[in-house]
Amino acid sequence: MNSSIIVFPGSNCDRDIAVTLEKLKFKNTMVWHKDTALPKSDLIIIPGGFSYGDYLRSGAIAAKSNILNEVIKAANDGCLVLGICNGFQILTETGLLKGILLKNKNLKFLGKDIYVKAINTDNKFCNKYKKNQVLKLNIAHNEGNYFTSLDNLKELEDNNLIPFKYCDEKGNIKEEDNPNGSLNNIAGIFNCKKNILGIMPHPERMVDQLISGDDGVNLFTSLLN
Amino acid sequence: MKLILVRQNPLNLKKNKLKFSIKVTLKKDVLDPQGKVIQQTLKNMGIGTLESLRQGKYFEIEINENNETKARNKIEDMCKKLLVNLIIEDFEISKN
Repeated sequence: MNSSIIVFPGSNCDRDIAVTLEKLKFKNTMVWHKDTALPKSDLIIIPGGFSYGDYLRSGAIAAKSNILNEVIKAANDGCLVLGICNGFQILTETGLLKGILLKNKNLKFLGKDIYVKAINTDNKFCNKYKKNQVLKLNIAHNEGNYFTSLDNLKELEDNNLIPFKYCDEKGNIKEEDNPNGSLNNIAGIFNCKKNILGIMPHPERMVDQLISGDDGVNLFTSLLN
Repeated sequence: MKLILVRQNPLNLKKNKLKFSIKVTLKKDVLDPQGKVIQQTLKNMGIGTLESLRQGKYFEIEINENNETKARNKIEDMCKKLLVNLIIEDFEISKN
């Protein structure tokens, strides 16, 4: 599978993702934000970090960069697109995903391990997870508080467009285990065709049992399935 | 050394330049945790009559246009395309 990772000034998770993809035998290319053409890609990943210093709104400037025009075209043609953390924020700013990520409800930057439940696994990104499997992943964000209109929230819930929700260790989805105030404990969402996924937790940080756990690795192996 | 003094127009207004300000505010039903913290701090400072406070953004824009309607349309476009996220924010353009 051919993958491209988009790199912005301020991206800081790009190389972690590249290491993961290379380990899993993806043919990966790093693509600079100023480039005007994408290499042949089955998967485009927009990594985490602080693109353009989070100026204006997180992801707002990156969403208008040269390469994003190409990403938008590819995404509309059905290419798989994964936005992680700042990548999720960028995808909402482009309009490829609906809603927006607001400041965390307690106004603090959160860097810690959390649990999410894989609620919808019948898609390209999650098919290696069992339905309702609880995963330990890591979050590192200041704006992860997902917000959208009530109509869109209903659409997301009704059409199974929410793959991951924050939960406790046992998989109970409660407000206490919602780290950032996200609507309905949402940790990630799809577009309606399910070829674009945005998630706040970092699966690329959980791909090695020896280092931190490997609950994130199946998000990438699912794509090879 | 010779000093050359250039008289500057204090408003930096040239004939074909129009100046606008844009006020961006959070929509009513969007929570404003920063505003809340600021409000609480002011209350703690003894301002008991403070009723509510919400934080927003402000932009000053100069545009090389003679026609005010044209300029306004361009600024509205800028707001919708980049400066404002219409899911959570409203904006108000005024000419200076």
